Amino acid sequence: MSTATPSAPSNKLGLTKQDYVGSKSTLCAGCGHDSITGQIINAAFEMSIEGHRVAKFSGIGCSSKTPAYFLNQGWGFNGVHGRMPALATGACLANRTLINIGVSGDGDSMSIGTGQFVHAIRRNIPMIYIIEDNGVYGLTKGQFSATADKGSHLKSGAVNELPPIDPCTLAIELGCGFVARSFSGNPKQLNAILKAAFAYEGTAVIDVISPCVTFNNHDASTRSYKHVKDHDFPLHDLGFIQYSEVEEVDIAAGQTEVVTFPDGSKVAIKAIHEGYDPRDRFTAVKAIHESMQKGEFLTGLLYINPENPPLPEVLNLVDEPLATLPQATVKPGPGVLADIMESLK
Amino acid sequence: MTASLASPAVTGGAKTRINDFSIQVATVNGSGSQTANTVLLRAIFQMGVLVSGKNLFPSNIAGLPTWFTIRASAKGYVARKATNEMLILMNPETAKEDIAKADAGALVIYDEPLQLDKLRGELTYFPVPFQKLVTASCPEPKLHKLVKNMIYVGVAARLLGVDMAEVKKAIAKQLKGKAKAVELNQTAAVAGYDWAMENLPDQDHIKVVRDHKTEGLIIVDGNEACALGALFAGVTVVGWYPITPASSLVETFIEYAEEHRKDPKTGKSTVAIVQMEDELASAGVVLAAGWAGARSMTTTAGPGISLMSEFIGLGYYTECPGVFFNVQRTGPSTGLPTRTQQADIEMCAKASHGDTLHINLYPGNMEECFQFSYDAFDLAERFQTPIFVMTDLDLGMQNWSSKPFAYPDKPYDRGKVLDRKQLAEIQDWGRYQDVDGDGLCYRTLPGTPGGKGSYFTRGSGHNDHALYSEKPEDYVAVVDRLRKKYETAKSYVPKPVFRNLGSAKGILAFGSSDPAVIEAQDMLAEGGLNTDYLRLRALPFTAEVDAFVKEKQVIYVVEQNRDGQMTNLLREFYPGHATKFKSVLHYNGLALDAQTIIDQIHGFEQK
Ligand SMILES: Cc1ncc(C[n+]2csc(CCOP(=O)(O)OP(=O)(O)O)c2C)c(N)n1
Ligand code: SF4
Ligand SMILES: [Mg+2]
Repeated sequence: MSTATPSAPSNKLGLTKQDYVGSKSTLCAGCGHDSITGQIINAAFEMSIEGHRVAKFSGIGCSSKTPAYFLNQGWGFNGVHGRMPALATGACLANRTLINIGVSGDGDSMSIGTGQFVHAIRRNIPMIYIIEDNGVYGLTKGQFSATADKGSHLKSGAVNELPPIDPCTLAIELGCGFVARSFSGNPKQLNAILKAAFAYEGTAVIDVISPCVTFNNHDASTRSYKHVKDHDFPLHDLGFIQYSEVEEVDIAAGQTEVVTFPDGSKVAIKAIHEGYDPRDRFTAVKAIHESMQKGEFLTGLLYINPENPPLPEVLNLVDEPLATLPQATVKPGPGVLADIMESLK
Repeated sequence: MTASLASPAVTGGAKTRINDFSIQVATVNGSGSQTANTVLLRAIFQMGVLVSGKNLFPSNIAGLPTWFTIRASAKGYVARKATNEMLILMNPETAKEDIAKADAGALVIYDEPLQLDKLRGELTYFPVPFQKLVTASCPEPKLHKLVKNMIYVGVAARLLGVDMAEVKKAIAKQLKGKAKAVELNQTAAVAGYDWAMENLPDQDHIKVVRDHKTEGLIIVDGNEACALGALFAGVTVVGWYPITPASSLVETFIEYAEEHRKDPKTGKSTVAIVQMEDELASAGVVLAAGWAGARSMTTTAGPGISLMSEFIGLGYYTECPGVFFNVQRTGPSTGLPTRTQQADIEMCAKASHGDTLHINLYPGNMEECFQFSYDAFDLAERFQTPIFVMTDLDLGMQNWSSKPFAYPDKPYDRGKVLDRKQLAEIQDWGRYQDVDGDGLCYRTLPGTPGGKGSYFTRGSGHNDHALYSEKPEDYVAVVDRLRKKYETAKSYVPKPVFRNLGSAKGILAFGSSDPAVIEAQDMLAEGGLNTDYLRLRALPFTAEVDAFVKEKQVIYVVEQNRDGQMTNLLREFYPGHATKFKSVLHYNGLALDAQTIIDQIHGFEQK
């Protein structure tokens, strides 16, 4: 199936990275969103994700266009503004074997779609939920979004006087079992987080700071590439080990925390910040608040609880996709109708 | 039952109305009167007499007035009748007004201390000492309020001539499995009956006489009928949000699914039901589940459709299947959310922004509620589009007698879906290619292996290979093909049914208006005005509707809304005949009655 040159490295499925790309991006050159797309392609390739099992969802915005730019072998659904999570919910119920990737923006998820963000987390929809967070509405040409920092300036000079909504602390508060923040300019960290997210069964929220080079990259913006680069504080060095490789990799004890996923995959976390335990939501929230007060972006796997059951499990659905259950399974027979009719007489 | 001899009969003078009357019961909601009223209705039904029940209830949990009407009809008319021959007045708050509005000659059963007999002549009064009777028959004071209602059932049974054995049977049926409650209620009903036998004069204004009209029939409401349709249609994903009068559709479905949609070996569920955070989310769930290959549905009423509209448009343009039940009620917010209307006709015909035309189904009775719900899932998958099943509060929540539903033998139509094998044989597949020339394209389901068939779903800006396009000709091709689908649908949707008496004058109606139209048509004919009646059962308008419109001189379009919404659609689709359509309108929140139709048609005829 590979379309690349024979020399290109291939993964366990025998596919090359070329098999994980999508259509050509039409975003502005240098847009942070494109770097995220690149890391999704890398992570999926390295994880040997089966493309046909991938379902990609998005709302509306520059960020929400990006599912067209990766994993052409998957099915994509570009929905309506702020309502990506409902689409992922419907699809995950119809076919619980799909691997769901949702891409949204800070406008899409923290304003018009806040309700859906909240309830997707509450239901623990099995999906990677990426917020490509630039602090503005890119596609409608640069209005403030609800994640814009207080005191941040628009290009026009307008100042944001309202406090930001932070998707990560909100997600932790809602009981999300996988909450991460990253930066489009830190590919190594984003790559490890995305791989861990692929292994996680429920909603994995990743808020990726992703500068909008056209509308929010000036000096007075707190989401400019330079500002974020200078204020990015990685919590830890992350290494992700897929379950199939676990045997071969020797994790040095002592220096590294290891979190194991239900499928056997592991994330190795080498702390940079002393005393940060990503399995403790209280210290996580405290550390995030402290860093926000200092104007820093704490990045990394902020909180992890691999044991959260996703919605199809909570609903106790049959193992096979509901979508393709045969008529014989879902249509009760004539005797059942006859009995019901008798009871209504 | 050792009743003494009845007192001398109270005679109205006129001929006794046998199995042909309406009873109105006025109570306070939350008092348990619904059970008592259903028992009375069932007992008459068990006497072999056709009955229909209508509950006129407030949007409130307890303490506000509610009225329940039971109509018995030897001729089988089941519409609301504007006049009532018997009143049972249990609510002190409304009793005076109920008396003032009562039709002359009506029988009035009421709570003795209210002294209603002083208010007005022309009525026949039957005071009953309810408190005394309830204290004597029920040992537990905290149950008095509930049991009190059963006493009027007994009293009414006695005056109407309903067999007490039928009342007892109806109680046992209604309170199935709750032995203590059955006994308590039966005792109360008997106490009422016996007391009436000894203390009240008989009457010969209205009577129930045993008949055979209900043999083999069921009593059901439309929401349950629709829920059963969906159950047998094999719905697999339900996303919903509570709203009266639609909630009981899903709630009934949940009960049936508990029993009939579990894998017998593992106990796991073959249907996912999720109460979403709002209707916007419900619509998204329905469309994406349909997109991923499930049979999906939601239930709502007008306010929910408004919220769903953006997604409905996306579903139309991206061609996702999904079934939307709209149990219509009156307008927005507070006011009359518990009253009936057909006021979302235009909204659902064209829900959403941009050019949209949807398939709508209008069941007119219980069997159709069942069958059309079943068919809606086939239509959704065949046409890959949102389908609206349009009922209303009157159909959805009221009690109707019906023939038992026939088992839907027709196998599911899962539409044009390509699997791995079929895809492998196709050279150039495009998601929106009109290969067969009927506007219906071949789709694939996410998760299909084999490396072929994936595509990217997006709004109106796509070409026939689902690729992003803003080219004018591509957009025109999309909307024109969607219009072609609508044309194709004409040979798939339920055709109208006719009740023709041989006339150049037509009546066109749909949905819950049917019983009132039938009755009106008969009464008009008795008065010398014959009409041909077309009952519309779906949008788009089919060839049969075309012919009817061309053929008739005048068409009275009966509908339950202010603006003549169906008339507007007819005028739009048949502009050359626009002046033929005359709107017969009813929109006060009550179920339609025959007299309203007759009066308005006479009004037009006299012009
Ligand atoms: C219902 C609705 N309202 C408004 C819009 C207009 N709109 C398009 S994108 C957008 C904001 C997108 O911002 P964000 O999610 O942050 O994405 P970005 O472009 O910044 O990546 C808005 C308001 C819309 N498409 N739909
Ligand atoms: S406007 Fe901003 S967010 Fe949109 S593509 Fe350009 S740089 Fe990216
Ligand atoms: Mg943005």
